[in-house]
Amino acid sequence: MQFFFEVLIGGLLAGVMYSLVALGFVLIYKASGVFNFAQGAMVFFAALTYVGLQEKFGLPGWVVFLLTLGVMVLLGIAIERVVLRPLVNQPQITLFMATIGLAFFIEGFAQIIWGTEVRRLDLGIQDEPIESVMTRFDMLISSFDVTAAVVAGVLVAVLAVFFNKTRIGRALRAVADDHQAALAVGIPLKQIWAIVWSVAGFVALVAGLMWGARNGVQFALTFVALKALPVLILGGFESVLGAIVGGLIIGASEKLAEVYLGPLIGGGIEGWFAYVMALLFLLVRPEGLFGERHIDRV
Amino acid sequence: MLYREAGQFKTSYAADQQLFPILQDRIGVISLLAVAAVGVPLIASDYWLTAILIPFLVFALAALGLNILTGYAGQLSLGTAAFMAVGAFATYNFHLRVPGLPILVSFALGGVSAAAVGVLFGLPSLRIKGFYLAVATLAAQFFIPWLLVKVSWFSNNSSSGVITAQPVEILGFVFDSPVRKYLLVLVVVSVMALAAKNLVRSSVGRAWMAVRDMDVAAEVIGIRIMRTKLVAFAVSSFYCGVAGALYAYAYLGSVEPDGFNLDLSFRILFMIIIGGVGSIMGSFLGAAFITLLPIFLDIVLTDGALWLGLNLPSGMTSMAQLVVFGALIIFFLIVEPLGLARLWQIGKEKLRLWPFPH
Repeated sequence: MQFFFEVLIGGLLAGVMYSLVALGFVLIYKASGVFNFAQGAMVFFAALTYVGLQEKFGLPGWVVFLLTLGVMVLLGIAIERVVLRPLVNQPQITLFMATIGLAFFIEGFAQIIWGTEVRRLDLGIQDEPIESVMTRFDMLISSFDVTAAVVAGVLVAVLAVFFNKTRIGRALRAVADDHQAALAVGIPLKQIWAIVWSVAGFVALVAGLMWGARNGVQFALTFVALKALPVLILGGFESVLGAIVGGLIIGASEKLAEVYLGPLIGGGIEGWFAYVMALLFLLVRPEGLFGERHIDRV
Repeated sequence: MLYREAGQFKTSYAADQQLFPILQDRIGVISLLAVAAVGVPLIASDYWLTAILIPFLVFALAALGLNILTGYAGQLSLGTAAFMAVGAFATYNFHLRVPGLPILVSFALGGVSAAAVGVLFGLPSLRIKGFYLAVATLAAQFFIPWLLVKVSWFSNNSSSGVITAQPVEILGFVFDSPVRKYLLVLVVVSVMALAAKNLVRSSVGRAWMAVRDMDVAAEVIGIRIMRTKLVAFAVSSFYCGVAGALYAYAYLGSVEPDGFNLDLSFRILFMIIIGGVGSIMGSFLGAAFITLLPIFLDIVLTDGALWLGLNLPSGMTSMAQLVVFGALIIFFLIVEPLGLARLWQIGKEKLRLWPFPH
């Protein structure tokens, strides 16, 4: 039983990492109805830029963080200008394919600038089991995972305040509700989109730092980010809460499946389990756990 | 003036229904096929055949399959490579385990197996659409290669799931040299492309397009959505499956499941976006473009660097490829959403009058 809980908690904490990536998707989807396939590439780009700047100039962490944030904001504005603005009013599927192109572009661009080798990212957080938990409950819980969970919690709280209490946040929600109505009451749509992509860039940066510190900054980060897709299916595309809960469910079930189901059918099922789970879930409840029920019924 | 249909009257139903109703098109297609079947094998070197023409035709077939699903029936799929893998491995197993089975029948059975798997993963399309479906097909993309590696029966117990294609032999004639393989691929692809061209103008193809354009309206006029979509998945996967079999048997010779990865799926998706969504011609144009672009980039970058005296870091060309692919996709989606096929069409319209102003 102890082992079960250890796996469960480990999975939940790993799920938090997925949630971090999924949050970026939700933000953009809520505000512009674009399913941003390039979020994974943005996570990768942010992490790589952070490490690259740090190596090049040797500045303290927070300065580099702010610099990278600036780069992500610029990227967000550029994306709005170059990609989204000409594609306004196109079918969603076109926008989706455009973000696939965007993902390729960013991945290639990032590696041309910063090189292709795997880099270590040190945030000064130990990736070791917490001792007090180890002695008390006899479970191995990584302090890094707990930190990630706290970061995710803070991030969600900040986003919740931002969305519900600030003027921009309210404008964002209005835009998400109805583009034309928002325009009619005088909300600057283009500006709002640039802001949303910048915020998504910020979330990508946080996710990139956590993932990069865990696995090293490398191209494989973009595949990790793909895992956010089943998380979204489970949680619902429009819900911040859904991204968190979906991430927890995917993380936990994936780890449990790997440990208990894996030996029965040959192991290595972590690669696809989340997707198949999402597939089955789609058949039962296509709008996700917390999504809005307005999927076009076929 | 060159491409003008004036004066070509259709006096019988047969003339009205033929695949290429305009004389110039017929001449064009027949001469193109003649050049491809007779001229190319005489001129082309082995490098051109094995590295460019065979992959071009194989990818064109796969793109055709995806185009049927995405371009005609409007269902986005990111699992093309997985269906190709099913085709390749099923063909291998049929040929291995059923003695005396003609290889073309094995190809067809491989395609049928891929179609069955395609229908299975197409089931969610009955309830969802758009990018929800794209995520669902990702499940196929990750699950199928895993299954092919894990169940060693599929690869006849070879290590890490690598299969080596058996020699292709039809009626005692062995297709071993590049020229012969090229001809085999050419025949299969031409026949299937003409079949697809015929299919998309039939009632089935029209039903696909109706579902793509507006599913509710399609249902109202009496199209059975469920059957239409599943048929699209089946036909598309059949094409992808046969393409996968050719990929293994005529192009690479030995393949492993991990070769059929997400990257390959994306590459084929890019082919149809650049070539033209919802166009048979576009699948070929896109496949040619995506096959040639890396070679072109490689030459340009290497020579350009030499010329400028720069020392390019290794892997630069593959990164540049990513950037160029991405930029092109965005460019085409913004500027010409119907792709190269639309440019071709515009060219044809211009040719009606050219060189005269009216």
